[in-house]
Amino acid sequence: MSGIMEKVNKAQCRTDLPAFNVGDTLKVYSKIIEGKTERLQAFTGTVISKGGVGINESFTLRRIAFGTGIERVYPMHSPRIAKIEIQKKGDVRRAKLYYLRDRVGKAARVKDKGN
Amino acid sequence: MKGLIGKKVGMTQLYDETGKVTPVTVIQAGPCTVIDTMTDEGNGYSAVQVGYGEKKAKNVSKALKGHCKKAGKDSNPPEIIKEFRTEKDEKLELGTVLTVDQFKANEFVDISGVTKGKGFQGVVRRYKFAGGRASHGGGWVRRPGSSGNRTWPAKVDRNKRRPGHMGSDSRTVQNLQVMRIDKEDNLLFVKGAVPGGNGGVLLVRPAKKKTSA
Repeated sequence: MSGIMEKVNKAQCRTDLPAFNVGDTLKVYSKIIEGKTERLQAFTGTVISKGGVGINESFTLRRIAFGTGIERVYPMHSPRIAKIEIQKKGDVRRAKLYYLRDRVGKAARVKDKGN
Repeated sequence: MKGLIGKKVGMTQLYDETGKVTPVTVIQAGPCTVIDTMTDEGNGYSAVQVGYGEKKAKNVSKALKGHCKKAGKDSNPPEIIKEFRTEKDEKLELGTVLTVDQFKANEFVDISGVTKGKGFQGVVRRYKFAGGRASHGGGWVRRPGSSGNRTWPAKVDRNKRRPGHMGSDSRTVQNLQVMRIDKEDNLLFVKGAVPGGNGGVLLVRPAKKKTSA
């Protein structure tokens, strides 16, 4: 009986999306449905947190747009996510980058991981 | 007869094609075997007795083994036996196996179970009493207050809400939508929450009030 939940959740999880970590810069294409038409909307930002397990997994992207900080939380396994592009790998030491909220300008950057 | 005995497995969420999330409870329902039938002539009411789960024959009383013999379950008697009322002229053979495929997606069901036990609780938690003020001289916090009048009627009203045991009550949640069925694992996905913790025994019956969306 205990294995059933894992099986149910696993069957729903998406495996087509790339693996990424906190600190990475992502470009997420989400499907927007407007009446009958469907279009893609891209949002670029730094991953400042990842949360949840299995089907409940989610991540938060943060970017500065038009002078204000914007954060968007995405459910990891939502069918609304069309595509994820990893633009940059970040070098960070913690799991949640909430300290970025208090920073502005150049200080609000994440160090590049380099290869 | 439509109805099943099941166990709550846990809760999760389902995505539909548009990305809408639905909270669901996963119930392992059935397979259930018809153990006995009650008839109007013999018992004064019509019902079927249905068994769920399995027990080793050595752990079961002889009486129960004998009871399950006609249904061919005396070598592996059911763990749980419950009755479901049936229509007068409805006939079900002993040993008939009922599975989740009697339910369909988007159908509505009523689910009965025993709620989680909360132990002995005060009136604030048990009956949502407001309690007193913590500050401004308080001194009367989370207490039930007056329980009635004075020399008349000189007693406390029956069913007056007082502290006491909370939870472990038999409860039925009505009109839960069936979201999905998994015949392979005998799973029923039902929208929303059901009484009791994981592993609790549940009765699934067709909805009494709501028959279509």
